[in-house]
Amino acid sequence: MLSLENITRIIHEWLNSHFNPAIALDTEFVLVGVASITLFALLGLSLVWMERKVAAVMQIRLGPNRVGPKGIFQTTADTLKLLMKEGLVPDGADKFLFNLAPFIVMIVAMLILAPIAFAKNFQIWDINIGVLYLSAISSLSVIGILMAGWASNSKYSLLGAMRSGAQIVSYELSAGLSVLSIVVLTGSLSIKDIILSQQNGWWIFKAHIPALISFIIFIIAVTAETNRAPFDMAEAESELTAGFHTEYSGMRFALFFLAEYINIFIVCAIGATLFFGGWMPLHIGSWQAFNHIMDYIPSSIWFLGKTIGLIFLIMWFRWTFPRLRIDQLLNLEWKYLLPISMFNLLLTSLVAIMGWYF
Amino acid sequence: MIEEIGRTTEGDLIINIGPQHPATHGVLHLVITLNGETIKKVEPHLGYIHRSIEKMCESLSYRQFIYVTSRMDYLSSHINNHACALCVEKGLQIEPPQRAQYIRVIMDELTRIASHELWWGAMAMDLGAFTPFFHAFRERETITDIMEKTCGARLTMNYMVPGGVMAELHPGFQRDVERFIQLYKSKFEEYSELVTGNVIFQNRMKSVGVLSKEDAISYGCSGPVGRASGVSCDIRKLYPYDIYNKVEFDEITETEGDSYARYVVRLKEIQQSIRIIEQLLGNIPEGDFQAKTKAVLKLPKGEFYQRVETARGELGVYIVSEGGTTPYRIKFRSPGFSNLSALEHMVKGLKIGDLIAAMGSLDLVIPDIDR
Repeated sequence: MLSLENITRIIHEWLNSHFNPAIALDTEFVLVGVASITLFALLGLSLVWMERKVAAVMQIRLGPNRVGPKGIFQTTADTLKLLMKEGLVPDGADKFLFNLAPFIVMIVAMLILAPIAFAKNFQIWDINIGVLYLSAISSLSVIGILMAGWASNSKYSLLGAMRSGAQIVSYELSAGLSVLSIVVLTGSLSIKDIILSQQNGWWIFKAHIPALISFIIFIIAVTAETNRAPFDMAEAESELTAGFHTEYSGMRFALFFLAEYINIFIVCAIGATLFFGGWMPLHIGSWQAFNHIMDYIPSSIWFLGKTIGLIFLIMWFRWTFPRLRIDQLLNLEWKYLLPISMFNLLLTSLVAIMGWYF
Repeated sequence: MIEEIGRTTEGDLIINIGPQHPATHGVLHLVITLNGETIKKVEPHLGYIHRSIEKMCESLSYRQFIYVTSRMDYLSSHINNHACALCVEKGLQIEPPQRAQYIRVIMDELTRIASHELWWGAMAMDLGAFTPFFHAFRERETITDIMEKTCGARLTMNYMVPGGVMAELHPGFQRDVERFIQLYKSKFEEYSELVTGNVIFQNRMKSVGVLSKEDAISYGCSGPVGRASGVSCDIRKLYPYDIYNKVEFDEITETEGDSYARYVVRLKEIQQSIRIIEQLLGNIPEGDFQAKTKAVLKLPKGEFYQRVETARGELGVYIVSEGGTTPYRIKFRSPGFSNLSALEHMVKGLKIGDLIAAMGSLDLVIPDIDR
């Protein structure tokens, strides 16, 4: 059967039978790198297009519809334009850090990709502390944003970056705690184990109330972590023009833009993995026939479907809600989300110990 | 005071909001002094779109100068024209026919609705919600279409002339307006679901940019800004012109004086405007739409003043005539200027986000402030 798992196995076996293991391993590294960069480009382009279409639907208009059928090549055309534009470096900017910042943001986004399981047994790196790795790496992106804001030598950028710093550091906590509640239920930090533990039902259904609470907290926290509206303090178009990337143009700007969408994809993928079983098909207790039909849908489709569903949710937020103010944002985290998620973790532990889940 | 560019001796940050900035809806330039995110000082700089309309009017005849005033507060251009026409009529001592008065008031109220609609969308956009803007434009478009059919223009209508209105209403006017009212009423629920009832929106608006009644009076705030602070300042009620004394409507006042109160006042005003239109629409009397006037208008020597209620507040037109065909001096009292002057008082000590919210709730039109 042609599945992502089989394709990778065939490539692996072919390489190992024709070359010595060291060269085969190196080739695999290169292939993985090329594949993830391609995936990034495709994801960036398609998600930007998706966002514009979602926005268009919500705003009773058509959205991009000129370049290609339904405007699907619009984002490609935009990217080409950005590639050809001059990347200006403002006077008085720290040139080295200014140029470095977009790459740091991008590299961080790429690093988080490693432990994500895209399909059954299709994972770049099955690390046994996957969840810890994810939360550790994802908090690094704030360095790139702070760097961009500071190095730009612009006050709008500085304000945006400082807001972003405060915001990401705070919302890390509730995101981490809500992820922990699933770890408590599973008893493992490995992404693979977490998915396998959802064989007979996704955690959001199995662990009912605590899982639901932690999912809601998770989705709020990651929306804030990715600087998306209603928590787009760092950009805050109507306040700080474009926040930390005000001074960026051309491809450097495009990298920030791309990283934003990659980050959305990744956090939604994590959400889908933890709460909706990743690539695991929907199984309902004893409905054998139903479960069987669900198994026929390829695991990669399951994964992508769930992720895109969550992405749609986050886009829906953006095109519905007004923006919070910075102090309200921090109040929400420290006064509401953090205590709730701490209590919820306690509740989850109780549920896990007493075995009150299905 | 300023040690180096962009920094005060106390180490506070000085930031230019504008003249090109997404939140200023035009070329307003605010120099704000920040301590972290907290605003210490707001200094509006004007003049980026000054076209010396008042001086231009001095060389234009009493028929011509009205057309320039459409460009002041372009969102209530009908009402600007109305004010000038009324002032000239006062000087000429003529009374426009009943039909013209009805048409004028209906057009004024339609303009007010259109202006408040646009403000509603822009306000939400200032707070970071983009979708309401498009929803607001959907309804506003209907009004703009009606204007286009009747006046030939969508933004600067130039429809009111001394002695009445310039042309007859288009044949389907009544039906079009009724259709708009129906559309608007069916969509009003959507407005409160999307914006008014939103928790984030209310948190951003309530007790932000508070202006007390005393301050509102001392800054000369008028229109929805003044009424939200509890000042009864509706010119349509206090100094009725045309047939405003014949129609029934409520003057909306709130007491909180915060951004949310200003928001509520404007939304309720739309309802009142619809109420006025509904009363008048079916009863437009037959007759001339314009009084007979001479080809060249000459105002007697003297001073004439007329005030009207635009969508933003009190607009005063002051004409000094030497008895010739052109005014000797014209002065406009624009509502936006006074309302803007209260901004610093409203936002001192608040955050940048509050400045944007408070500024949005003032409903500033910069060409009206600069003229």
